[in-house]
This record gives sequence, C-alpha cells and structure tokens, in this order.
Amino acid sequence: MTSRLCFPSKRRRWLNSMQLNRRIRIELPTHLRTLASISGPELLLAVCPPFTLSNLLDTLEAHYPVLRGTIREHGTHRRRAFLRFFACQVDLSHEPPSTLLPDAVVEGREPLIILAAIAGGC
Amino acid sequence: MARVRILVGTHKGAFILNADGARREWKVSGPHFAGWEAYHLKGSPVDPRRLYASQSSSWFGQVVQVSNDGGETWAPAGNQFLYDGVPGTHQWYDGTPHPWEFKRVWHLEPSLTDPDTVLVGAEDAALFKSVDGGRTWHELSGLRTNATAPGWQPGAGGMCLHTILLHPQNPDRIIVAISAAGAFRSDDAGLTWKPINKGLWSKYLPDPTAEIGHCVHHIAMNPQTPDTLFMQKHWDVMRSDDAGDQWTRISGNLPTDFGFAIDVHSHEPETVYVVPIKSDSEHFPLDGRLCVFRSKSGGYEWEPLTRGLPQQNCYVNILRDAMSVDTLDGCGIYFGTTGGQVYCSPDGGDTWNTVVHDLPAVLSVEAQTLA
Repeated sequence: MTSRLCFPSKRRRWLNSMQLNRRIRIELPTHLRTLASISGPELLLAVCPPFTLSNLLDTLEAHYPVLRGTIREHGTHRRRAFLRFFACQVDLSHEPPSTLLPDAVVEGREPLIILAAIAGGC
Repeated sequence: MARVRILVGTHKGAFILNADGARREWKVSGPHFAGWEAYHLKGSPVDPRRLYASQSSSWFGQVVQVSNDGGETWAPAGNQFLYDGVPGTHQWYDGTPHPWEFKRVWHLEPSLTDPDTVLVGAEDAALFKSVDGGRTWHELSGLRTNATAPGWQPGAGGMCLHTILLHPQNPDRIIVAISAAGAFRSDDAGLTWKPINKGLWSKYLPDPTAEIGHCVHHIAMNPQTPDTLFMQKHWDVMRSDDAGDQWTRISGNLPTDFGFAIDVHSHEPETVYVVPIKSDSEHFPLDGRLCVFRSKSGGYEWEPLTRGLPQQNCYVNILRDAMSVDTLDGCGIYFGTTGGQVYCSPDGGDTWNTVVHDLPAVLSVEAQTLA
C-alpha cells in the first residue's frame, strides 16, 4: 500500500500535468464541521494541482479560514497529534506533506478522511 | 431593574445564566461550543454585550469565540498564537530545558476602556494581546523573555498564565500570575516585568523564599483599592498592600489554607472569600462539607458560610477561575464546582442557592452586572 502512495501512477502524473481542478471529497470530524458551519457528512472541495496532501489542506484552510490551526498547527503546519488522515483504507498520517493523494481520492471516488483518532478521554 | 449574567466555562462547553436583580430565578442557555473545553469567558466592562470565550480541545487546538449580543450568537475569531521570535526554553518537570509550546488560552481579560482590546493568558505561560476584537494576536513577549523565565517550571496542571489584573487608574500596570512561576508585574503596559513574590514561602522549594517558583493559584483585587491584592497560593492565603511588592500571610483561623479560588466583595474591599480545600493531595472540601469562608477584616479572622451549601458527602473542587462577584447592592457571590453545580449568594455569602446542579465540571465563572 505504501508504494502506491510514494510512486504516483501515470494517471495521477497526467492529472497533475493537465492542471485541471478536481472536486475532492473530504470527511471532517463533527466538531470541525460545526466550527466551519459545514452541513452534511462530506465536503466537496475544488482543488488545483498538485494533488498532494498539503495542497489539499492549504485549499481547505483557504476556503474555511476558521479551520486554520485546528488540523495543522499554526506556523509549523504539523498535523495535530490527535488527528489522522485516511483514504482508501490507507493511513496517510505519517506520509510527507508532498505525498500525492490516491487516484480514487483525486477522482472523487473516495473521500479523504480527517479523523479525530484518539479515543477515550473524559 | 439591574440584571446579572453569569458566564460559565465547563469541561464540555459554555453556559450562560441570566437572572434579574433578585437572583432567585435563572434562565440557563447552552451548551455553547458543546463538547469543547470552555476554559474561560469574560465580557467587556465597557460593552457588556461583547463577550470573549476560550474554546479548546486536545484534538483541535485553540479557538477564540466572540459574541456581540451577550452570548446569543458567537463567531470564531483569530486563533494564531505565535510566540515572538525564538521561543527559547523553560524548565520541564524533571528540571531539563523544554521549549515553549502553545497549548491553550486559560484566561481572557478584556480592556477596561476598549471593547476590541483584550489580553489572554496562555499555556505555556505567555501574555497575548489583540486590539482588533480577537482577529489577530501578538505576544507581549517581555514577560516570557524576563530573565527569570528559563527557570520557570510547570505545575501539575501545566505552565499556565491564569490570572490577569488591570489597574483601573493606571493603564500601564498589569499583574499576572503563573503556575508554578509566581506573580509578576509590569508598570509599562507589558513591555517589562518583575517578579513580585517577596513574602511568599513555599516549603518544598530548595529556597522556600525564592524569587520565582511559587505555585500561585489565583489573585483577586477590588478595583476601589487596586494596590491591595489577595492571593490564594497552593498553600497559604496572602495579601499585599503595595501591588505585590511584599506579601503577608493572612490564613489566620482557616481550617486549611489550601485552595484555588479567591475573590473580594465588590463594595467592601476588606471582605474576602475563599473556599478551603483539604490538601494538595485531596482536592475536596474538609469532611465532605462545602464551606465558603469569609473574612470581613482583610484576612486573619475567617467565618464559615454554609447556609444552603451541602454539608455532607460533598467531594468536589472549586477551580481558580470559578468564583466571581457582581456589583449589585447586596453583592452577589458565585462559584462553580467540578461536580457541575453553580451556587449563588445574593447577600454577600450569608445564604446560598443552587443555580444549576448538573453541568459538566465547571472551569470558570464570571459575573456581569447589567443595567
């Protein structure tokens, strides 16, 4: 699975080269949807190439400035420790920000899931 | 007729309690920011409809919310709290250097003159200021770069700046308290700071009278006498009559002088309230009896106030920002507990009523007196 993330397919390289916007599905935790006044379980976001994790999050934060600092830390842009990124049954959380998203996410067949992944607490 | 609005921050959201001047019947709204920790809410003294709230979460970080209609609606403001320059290090629990890391806002202190200006106290300890209603923040870094700061160490609850006092006549004077660094004062509007911990004595410090390292839990002040300060330290209740230059122990006949909350009567500057807690290892009232203690003589002599408070099987805590007073004729005293109760005394502490009793753990209580 990891190799799929590290080595973009010809199709993804082609999509990047075409400079076409894609509409990417994102699932956000309930608290962030409430904060950003997003209704429904999924968000559809128009994203320009490159279709990387960091560019997707940059675009998300540009559309919803209130989410700045809630997914990635201000300044460093490090993922907040209790959040995880998943897509296509793959954990992208520890991938470099420049990682290209899976084809199925770029093509809108699967969402990128941003998950509040640490259970428990009180 | 005057009204009161009580802003309650809890472990799982904020609540707003409204009553008329009689303070007998309450309307409760909330939870606002449900599921998030609401560390503190406070209203502007010059525009009581302008409220600020600190909303935070271990998952999603810090959000500051602003209301312009007394808490009926809220809008997120800026949440970028960046330390000025290279943050440097403070001491970690084990004594090793540890980089400053922003975690959350513990306390909001709106300006006495401008509703768009507000200070916040952060963990790791730092003071931030906004002059545009919370949209942007900049650090008053003179505090964090004080020569003593590399030696500051967190308390068990983190290294939090939890108390901010503004002098009502001298806008250059700011007093803050940090756990477990101590109290500090600026006389130039936050540019430079000095520790104000003389007279404090902390048994377990290598030097019990050290310049810093004292676990100050809260400081209160009556605006009529702004140079007189009352402090609840980890152990010890203290007072200063010279804006913190020198402190004197006033625990007197208190059954225990450990605690968190302290406040001063709004019309009687020598009437002080504390809620004694059994000890630093047992954070609940002595013998399961919830008692507020009042001194009408500025300390030393204290009387228990129990009418209306549970006198058996009560094992809650009252946190540092969870006590407040209103400014109505019969000064109202309010406090919240980790058991989710909010109590009100409409008569300066003589009698107590339960305003609400099943909220999440109460982190903060602020009273607003409305015309």
